[in-house]
Amino acid sequence: MATKIQVVDLNLYYGEFHALNNVNVEVPLRQITAIIGPSGCGKSTFLRVLNRMNDLIPNVRTDGKVLIDEQNLFDMDVVELRKRVGMVFQRPNPFPKTIYDNVAFGPRAHGLRDPKIISEIVERSLRDAALWDEVKDDLNKSGLELSGGQQQRLCIARALAVEPEVILMDEPASALDPIATLRIEELMQSLKENYTIVIVTHNMQQAARASDYTAFFNMGDDRAGNLVEFGLTKDIFTHPKQKQTEDYITGRFG
Amino acid sequence: MGREIFDKKLAELNQNLRSLETMVGKMMVDSVGYLLKRNLEASHRIYNNDLFVNQMHVQIEENCIILIATQQPIAADLRYLSSMIDVNNQLERIGDYAKGIARINNLIGNEQLLPPFQYLPRMADLTVSMLHRSVTAFLENDMETSKAIPPDDDLVDDMFNQVFQEIFPLVQQDPQAFKCANYLLWVAHNLERTADRVTNICERTIYNLTGQLHVFDLDDELSEQHWKKIVALPPQTEETFK
Repeated sequence: MATKIQVVDLNLYYGEFHALNNVNVEVPLRQITAIIGPSGCGKSTFLRVLNRMNDLIPNVRTDGKVLIDEQNLFDMDVVELRKRVGMVFQRPNPFPKTIYDNVAFGPRAHGLRDPKIISEIVERSLRDAALWDEVKDDLNKSGLELSGGQQQRLCIARALAVEPEVILMDEPASALDPIATLRIEELMQSLKENYTIVIVTHNMQQAARASDYTAFFNMGDDRAGNLVEFGLTKDIFTHPKQKQTEDYITGRFG
Repeated sequence: MGREIFDKKLAELNQNLRSLETMVGKMMVDSVGYLLKRNLEASHRIYNNDLFVNQMHVQIEENCIILIATQQPIAADLRYLSSMIDVNNQLERIGDYAKGIARINNLIGNEQLLPPFQYLPRMADLTVSMLHRSVTAFLENDMETSKAIPPDDDLVDDMFNQVFQEIFPLVQQDPQAFKCANYLLWVAHNLERTADRVTNICERTIYNLTGQLHVFDLDDELSEQHWKKIVALPPQTEETFK
């Protein structure tokens, strides 16, 4: 399996607090990798390293290397990085704009002006996000008028519009009802044909259902987050190698 | 909108089960065919087939477990997968019975077959037809077919009894025939056991659809009489136990 992102000896500190301890992992290309683990174990912190969202937090220090296609993202232009590595958040956050303008925002911010090309991008992105059929006659409607599940798919379309290579998802379905959740999971299956997906979820069943690979993070004695085990989802959920992993997924944890 | 991921993986499993059924059905027909044609060489093919059957059997069970672990099936989905594990086991045993027949072919060697061997191809054809229909019914959730197949087990039992009865005078006339008669009974026994296992497959289909594990008690008259007596008994009270 080819690697898209290689994380090497990653350590992260919030001031004096050691939040991520020596993480080494290879995120496979065009697969869905789920990150699971108890609250406070560093899952979201780790996810935010991958598009340097942690740069926005004061007093954060990072050691180690994170290579995307062998290019260290710490040496990259951060705007260029965030075009290549998009993110979808837990609570859908469409802009207070029309559906059309939500999706067109990214390409326009990157300098695109041709309205015909922008229209094509908007349609393609909404189709890839499985939202086009529901909104194609209402593109001038405000994004805020959509249902929760639709808003989340709009945010996915927005991320897709700048043609990323990686999509990060931070608990993308935890604010959604079960049916909307399953739709997002099924959308992820079609997206992975073209994108590498990394999803943080506190819902283990979702990780089991929807991902190809699973990374289990746990809090060490010093409260730093450790990557305990990484492997194929079907192996992790049928015969994990580490006892910590087995205890967590069988609910015997803590 | 359904569980597309789950349904897709389930469809693959169904196909694998079908392939396994086709394989063991063919092994059964072939093993009896080679026996009657005295083709000892070809019997070895059955041993190779059995290695492949064992591999498929393991793979199907592993995939059922993975599907249960990763897709959290409940209700009908869970019943179906638990039944698939059982049907998978039944098919593997049927493969073993076919291999047993191939082995007996080699054990008989150059000896001549006794006349009752003639019943075996008919038994094999009927049994394999039952097998194919039962797995089709399982995969298609067909209750009516699953209920209709077990009576054919009676026909297989009748043929077995026929073989059993015809052997005695032969052995009495010629005690040397005992060895071959014994082998003949083993083959007939393997076919009769195959038909029994097909009945189990039919039970699993009914379980999938109703949640009830229904036991077919068709060829055990004694059991049925005993059961009627039990049902007719007055309810037990503390007095009765004293």
